[in-house]
Amino acid sequence: MSGTGPVPLLAVDELSIEFRTRSGTVHATERISLDLAAGEVLAVVGESGSGKSVTAYAVLGILDPAARVTSGRIMFQGQDLLHADEARLRRLRGGEIAMIFQNPRTALNPIRAVGRQIADVLERHAGVGRGEAARRATELLKKVKIPDAERRARAYPFELSGGMCQRVMIAMALSCRPRILIADEPTTGLDVTTQAVIMDLIDEVARDEGMSTLLITHDLALAAEHADRIAVMHAGHVVEIAPTETLLRVPRHPYTRNLIAAMPGPAPSLDALEAIPGALPDLRRSDLPTCRFSERCIRYQADCDQALPVERLSARHMVACRHPL
Amino acid sequence: MTPLLDVRHLAKRFPLKAERAWLSRARHRPQVFAVDDVSFTVGSGESVGLVGESGCGKSTLVRLIARLLDQTGGTVHFAGADIGAVPPRRFARTPQRAKIQMVFQDPTDSLNPRFTAFDAIADPIRRLRPLGRAALRARVGEVAQLCGLPKELLSRFPHQLSGGQKARVGIARALAVEPQLLILDEPTSALDVSVQVVILHLLQSLKERLGLSYLFVSHDLNVIRLLCSRVLVMYSGKIVESGPTAQIFQAPRHPYTAALLSAIPNAWDGQRARIVLPGEPASPVDPDPRACRFYGRCPKGTAACTQTMPELAAIGAAHEVACHFPEAAPPQTVPENRHSPQYEVKADRA
Repeated sequence: MSGTGPVPLLAVDELSIEFRTRSGTVHATERISLDLAAGEVLAVVGESGSGKSVTAYAVLGILDPAARVTSGRIMFQGQDLLHADEARLRRLRGGEIAMIFQNPRTALNPIRAVGRQIADVLERHAGVGRGEAARRATELLKKVKIPDAERRARAYPFELSGGMCQRVMIAMALSCRPRILIADEPTTGLDVTTQAVIMDLIDEVARDEGMSTLLITHDLALAAEHADRIAVMHAGHVVEIAPTETLLRVPRHPYTRNLIAAMPGPAPSLDALEAIPGALPDLRRSDLPTCRFSERCIRYQADCDQALPVERLSARHMVACRHPL
Repeated sequence: MTPLLDVRHLAKRFPLKAERAWLSRARHRPQVFAVDDVSFTVGSGESVGLVGESGCGKSTLVRLIARLLDQTGGTVHFAGADIGAVPPRRFARTPQRAKIQMVFQDPTDSLNPRFTAFDAIADPIRRLRPLGRAALRARVGEVAQLCGLPKELLSRFPHQLSGGQKARVGIARALAVEPQLLILDEPTSALDVSVQVVILHLLQSLKERLGLSYLFVSHDLNVIRLLCSRVLVMYSGKIVESGPTAQIFQAPRHPYTAALLSAIPNAWDGQRARIVLPGEPASPVDPDPRACRFYGRCPKGTAACTQTMPELAAIGAAHEVACHFPEAAPPQTVPENRHSPQYEVKADRA
């Protein structure tokens, strides 16, 4: 399944996840495949409900108890994480794969000083003593450019701004030098200026540490600026994966093209913005079409209801569409 | 011609709780300068964007104008009436209440979960423009249709509506009492891109059809660029730059505006270098009245900036900036349409 030649660092292979709810089974993702090479930044882009975060949660084994993985593998260092035992997953989380969550203020423990929270991770994973952990926590806060780190290490999350809290999250994620950083909407809710600073910081530390980054975002413009490759998700399917430039210049999936046309950034006027018709299909339906975009697609033809082809246009460009652009 | 909304020297200071209140009764109480000496106008049928980082006082300013909050100083005139003199508690009984309406940020949080879409839209009419049963029903149907809300959705509760539908209810509710000025506080930031475009188009067409004026608050600069003809840039309680949108986006003159614009993700326009501002905004608690608020983060700051506060002054046609060292004026031959995408997105109707 590797699209980049050598064995990828992380490979999600044909992953299907369902949620059992009172109002029916939600088919959150269906046979999605993604791979992440060493040192690469892969962005996963899609509207809310497209299955971006669920995929990340599955990698870390932190899915909701109502979720059920019905098919697929998640390969990391030659091991299928879906069948790893809890002890292995505990070493993995925060150790080899770290995650930054969307809302840093709620993701941090409100009643523990931020330096202490970073030290906790170090004590757990790096096996260092209390004093050493505290010293390294302060160092990490300096690394993420928090001014006056010694004092801020004793601050509680409510005393810090949103941008500062996100820096703390990044420091915590970095603490054990993970191989992979999963950033789930790391800048949603932050100001543009703060967003720019935080994204640059993520880029910088990832480069310094040789980490791979999985950037989950709904903002194609943000992904375009920071990712090497972009995977576009729609209603639990990966519809297109391509190197950033290729994806923006020659999108092959109609949905990718729609997303680009709906981006306010490059539009010269409001009239140039095109709305995407329809909405995500209800993922609880039992009669979901094979191509989950078909009901919104202007290129729909009768044969779209047959099996969904995954067309490999080049080694690094994949599109799941019977009638690509 | 008098502008529809005329705000002069508007200020709002919030007193902070003194640390030892029993000791400090006679002493000075620290104050947060949320809005500090802000003046601007909104013309009839004009759409003005208000941008700035969180905490810069955008929301306070908007709440002062909508008379949800009483100002510490300054005046607010709306269509010739001095509404700034009316205490917020009494404002609901003035005829201007219906004329200034607001669309709130989160369409989920700003709708009463126990009100159907019909009730949500009917509520302001019931309070401000009592109508008979049949007339009310007709009026609600009319605004709902105007906002592209199908009639059969009117009996639904917010949890039964999608994000875009809730946004439409929020807009319909604001339009129900025929306002002249619509204050939009981040109306699209909670929406997905696909829905955002639809709502922006709706706002544009409503403005044209009803001749509305918009005061559009957003931190999404691209949305402001597309929807507003004029933009106000706010920093730490003050307006630091104002002018025609196209002009400001092409050639910002205040260093803060330049930094703000450079922070927009712009993979399609590689020429703009990112200007990184060091540190965080200075504390708005009792700021030095002489120093420029941006001093300390400003790449151009000098000692002069700590001695005199720069005033908002004209720098071009309808373009004002509050800076001692504004950015250089653009060359006369402005490159045409800087924001056109490098890669063309072909419309495909096959």
